[in-house]
Amino acid sequence: MITIEVNGRSVRAEKGEMLLSALRRAGITVPTLCHIDGLTPSGACRICVVEVEGQRNLVPSCAFPAADGMKIRTHSPRAVSARRTIVELLLANHPDDCLYCSRNGNCQLQTLAEELGVRQRRFAGDRTRHTLDTSSPSIARDPAKCILCGKCVRVCEEVQSVAAIDFIGRGSRAKIGTAFDEGLNVSSCVNCGQCINVCPTGALTEQSHIKEVLDALDDPNKVVVVQHAPAVSVTLGEEFGLPAGADVAGAMTATLRRLGFDRVFDTGFAADLTIMEEGSELVYRIKNGGRLPMLTSCSPGWIKFVESYYPDFLDNLSTCKSPQQMMGAVIKHYFAQREGLAPSRIYSVSIMPCTAKKFEAGRPEMGNGTDPDIDAVLTTRELARIIRMRGLSLLDMPAETADTPFGERTTAGKLFGASGGVMEAAIRSAHYLITGEEMGNLNVHDVRGLNGVKEARVNIAGLDVGVAVVSGLGNACKLLDQIRAGRSDLHFIEVMTCPGGCIAGGGQPLGTSSEAVRSRMKALYSIDNQEAVRTSHHNESVKRLYAEFLGEPLSEKSHHLLHTHYTRREVLV
Amino acid sequence: MVTVDLQPILQRYPNASRDALIPILQEVQEHQGYLSREAVVEIGKHLRLPASKIYGVATFYNQFRFQPQGRNHIQVCRGTACHVKGSAAVLDTLKRELKIDAGQTTRDGQFSLEVVACIGACGLAPVICVNGEFHAGVTTKSIAKILDSYRRKATPNDGNEAA
Repeated sequence: MITIEVNGRSVRAEKGEMLLSALRRAGITVPTLCHIDGLTPSGACRICVVEVEGQRNLVPSCAFPAADGMKIRTHSPRAVSARRTIVELLLANHPDDCLYCSRNGNCQLQTLAEELGVRQRRFAGDRTRHTLDTSSPSIARDPAKCILCGKCVRVCEEVQSVAAIDFIGRGSRAKIGTAFDEGLNVSSCVNCGQCINVCPTGALTEQSHIKEVLDALDDPNKVVVVQHAPAVSVTLGEEFGLPAGADVAGAMTATLRRLGFDRVFDTGFAADLTIMEEGSELVYRIKNGGRLPMLTSCSPGWIKFVESYYPDFLDNLSTCKSPQQMMGAVIKHYFAQREGLAPSRIYSVSIMPCTAKKFEAGRPEMGNGTDPDIDAVLTTRELARIIRMRGLSLLDMPAETADTPFGERTTAGKLFGASGGVMEAAIRSAHYLITGEEMGNLNVHDVRGLNGVKEARVNIAGLDVGVAVVSGLGNACKLLDQIRAGRSDLHFIEVMTCPGGCIAGGGQPLGTSSEAVRSRMKALYSIDNQEAVRTSHHNESVKRLYAEFLGEPLSEKSHHLLHTHYTRREVLV
Repeated sequence: MVTVDLQPILQRYPNASRDALIPILQEVQEHQGYLSREAVVEIGKHLRLPASKIYGVATFYNQFRFQPQGRNHIQVCRGTACHVKGSAAVLDTLKRELKIDAGQTTRDGQFSLEVVACIGACGLAPVICVNGEFHAGVTTKSIAKILDSYRRKATPNDGNEAA
């Protein structure tokens, strides 16, 4: 440990630690637009400049290592004035349409301009003109609003190992774009939306489905059904001022009914259904010499990643559709039949923590010809927007429960929201499927937590099963490379595209900190602790679905509706 | 689509890392005339770099192009003397006439456009160079005539082989 002097106070720092992190730990706020904790500092935005005694120029604190005895002034007139000038220069090339921007009120550039007291346009000049990229089904890019901080580029490359985008060109023509500056839809982008979560401005947003959903709700001929994913109920509250991890499942269900949805279903039900199918598939593969390790297929960004980057692993992917799509299929088939409705009258909406789900819903595998099983996907953020738009008060809603036949879920299904949850749910049920008995202790602690890679060995009736859980595609790459190199002790691998799982998905509330992700995860496990039914195979509604409609897991009907195959995708990688 | 075997070039850079990117790009362009999508992918595999990164680096420099050169390659001097004598307007007019940007090739393959720094003919400013032939004192009005003279040189069957 070393000591530095900051604004006349002494502050402890690690040797070689960047100034910004030491300052933050000491509770000193230095603003920044380009810094991401844990990733390579780029020093791109220069907002975090501070004055260091003995240095002629201001230094970017995010990329300047602390040294013993260093004397720093974080808010000297010179530093603050430099920050203001930088913001003024950024604004000189930024559209003045804050009122129309999706990030209005939630924009770091706007906040900074306000904090630094920017009250007039000091620099006027030509603005760089750009075209919108709305080619992607998940993510819309408006390069005019981009301030070239490069956070999206770093997340895409360093966290996800996708590197779909990079800086193109130079100087005043520089911009962010894909290889050969083509649309995001034909690039190697996996639609995860992590870039949206780090974008300080409105340059990256989700492709909104709000209008389509409101139109459907307004259409008297449509029966509008909605499902909500396990990770949404523990994050939606944050949009309305609740602390991270507050579970608003009951109030959200009530709110969705007030919005006019005819039926409210819980994707956790479909997660339980997924476990029955996927667990049976795993057991079948192990017993019949099928391709192992089996890889989970719930996370649509991950699926596209395998199709583009690791096509040799396509046969390792579970053939199970994701819970969203299983729910979509049983809604338009079983539910429609049960209610005597033509599937075309049903408008099926899902609330997801995810932008890739928008892409998944439009995949040709996920429906019947031109009729998709899921008609629209809203992110957690979009749902919050609709709730505010309709003047509903989430916090004052009574707790209500979801509708039959797909409203009942077990806590195993709920755990799908966190990295490791699918694995834990699968282990609980696989044990039962193989031995006919429940596990003595249902908790599988080795697969819990926020580590990017978790591994465990599970003994089921003498069968030694090797499992791994990874989140963040960069971590998945490392594991797949080990398997390519000959590693063979693993049977089942859960992969979530986003680090931490769906609770940190690309459709979740903006400005999420790692503490918030931790709290959300804790909330899911505390639900698991408190409720009585904790295994998917004890979901009574799932049992009824099998008895009345599907027959049994991996039946012909299941294969037709709940399973699919993916194929190699040619993109520039 | 013309496929060019890049292996002879890449083999000269065994176990290369990203430091070798620019020399490789230069050699490939020398060999192929431009950087094709296939070339970018192959270089990416060799250096284990994503295509977006290679495209990003290549677009940083004026020297790299991503379309084959046209039969008539126009270089517009943007050196200081030419600038003072109005080369910016010359470049704008060329772009408008040909309906392409610098670095691009017309769809019929007739013309390609490149911006170059001083080509050492300051006395002739503003100057453009077509297929190695210098045109002195170019004005926005004389451009149409210069382009026409090259169009006339093209044989009637020229358009077919470009397809």
